[in-house]
Amino acid sequence: MDEEKRAVESEFAEGDHSLWEDNPIVKKLREIFPEAIISISGLQPYPDELTIKVKKEQIVKVCQFLKDDPHLAFNYLSDLCGVDYPEREERFEIVYHLYSITKRHRLRLKVSVKDGEPLPSVIGVWQTANWHEREAYDLLGIPFEGHPDLRRILLPEDWEGHPLRKEYPLMGYNSDTKPD
Amino acid sequence: MLETKELLLNMGPQHPSTHGVLRLLLYLEGETIVNSDPIIGYLHRGIEKLAEAKTYTQFIPITDRLDYIAAFPNNLAYVQTVEKLMSLEVPLRAQYIRVILTELNRIASHLVWLGTHAMDIGAITVFLYCFREREIILDLFEMVSGARMTVNFFRFGGVAADLPAEFYPKVKEFLDTFPAKIADYEALLTQNRIWLARTKNVAVISAEDGINWGLSGPNLRGSGIKWDIRKANPYAVYNKLDFEIPTGQMGDVYDRYMVRMEEMRQSTRIVHQALAQMPDGEIKGKVPKIIKPPAGEAYSCIESPKGELGFYIVSDGSEKPYRVKIRAPSFVNLEALPLMLKGGLIADVIAAIGSIDIVLGEVDR
Repeated sequence: MDEEKRAVESEFAEGDHSLWEDNPIVKKLREIFPEAIISISGLQPYPDELTIKVKKEQIVKVCQFLKDDPHLAFNYLSDLCGVDYPEREERFEIVYHLYSITKRHRLRLKVSVKDGEPLPSVIGVWQTANWHEREAYDLLGIPFEGHPDLRRILLPEDWEGHPLRKEYPLMGYNSDTKPD
Repeated sequence: MLETKELLLNMGPQHPSTHGVLRLLLYLEGETIVNSDPIIGYLHRGIEKLAEAKTYTQFIPITDRLDYIAAFPNNLAYVQTVEKLMSLEVPLRAQYIRVILTELNRIASHLVWLGTHAMDIGAITVFLYCFREREIILDLFEMVSGARMTVNFFRFGGVAADLPAEFYPKVKEFLDTFPAKIADYEALLTQNRIWLARTKNVAVISAEDGINWGLSGPNLRGSGIKWDIRKANPYAVYNKLDFEIPTGQMGDVYDRYMVRMEEMRQSTRIVHQALAQMPDGEIKGKVPKIIKPPAGEAYSCIESPKGELGFYIVSDGSEKPYRVKIRAPSFVNLEALPLMLKGGLIADVIAAIGSIDIVLGEVDR
């Protein structure tokens, strides 16, 4: 990726806070976890695109609070996935898509980790995170701390490498890495 | 005293009732299931990796191969996300065409589910009936898109073509006769003693567990949660259409069956209304020649026949997506299967698999 693109992206990641500051979810989180929030962003004008980046040490606490708070009630984890940014120091971004079945609102949470750095699992908050975390481990090689059953899910257990990493070639490394 | 020992039984991946290449490890104590472990990935084609090597437009036909029973919803969820990223307007007529086709596809998908599910449990007639009606829908799809299953029909900002003139009388004929066909299926099953014995109180999941395990679609509604994305967060023109969301109470195989049966009736109603309301006009909005969404990210989801189907797309401003994550409902629904099977009987495994309606193309991606 060239310099220009990288600049665009980092600008996006920083985001324009001011547009989101009135959002009740942002207000509440700022009040309870003032030090956990790294940045706020999201595609305008869609309220369901609100994106909050938090510190990885706090992720379980933040998730538990978002789920338990009666006004936010994020009782449903829609999706969890990793995105690889090899040029960043903390190369993996883990993205949580939260939804509230009672309040019908959405929120995207993000954390960043370095390659090989363990991230606390959120299975204790939502059981459904189990397979999603296994998938992120399988395809990107992100280890989740406290996961009871962290093993490959889509690829065979003897597969080498993690295909969704950007350096992994589209056609795979060689025929030996394929299952029999 | 006889010694009892836990037995490990392997089921699949080549097994007619696993609906594709699903493998299940069953831990048994006699006939009772102590634990189970679904092994997936046999149909993994690396679609998310592939997406990063294709342009945005080239990826539309690949979405057909996710849930291959219901290609229109896949198309819709994907193009809708890109449209969100690019702030594209979709003309009203195109929105209606999308709704008509996705709802017909919901019926087709539910017919495959009902036919195979009933056949797994032993009711072969239902299978033949369901596939007879499904064929009519597939003929309609062929008329519209040229393909029966891999339709590749929705485009950014609209649809590929207008509905052909011969589509209207055919679809009307189908809609007029279909409710009686549903009554036929129900006459064979709903009060059938064998069906009741095989489905009532089998593979039960509570509403609370369902939410915690991420169930969506008819599976969660069977447990009594009235949540349907078409109503909760309307997309396309669903806010202009009148339909009900059926729910169950027990969360057993029977309730999930009842929910899907009613959904077929509701989909028929939706298509009726959409055909009546559909205005004349453009079928494609203003779309740039080269699809290059600005750097950013978006998530958009729809109520597919299986549940919440979402796409999370990260764009770096180039003509290829930087990352595409597919939130496949079948993947998440399958995760809850061990919970449903636990403590049940081995004979009920196929009833449970059938009732969660998974498609492995979508599970494995």
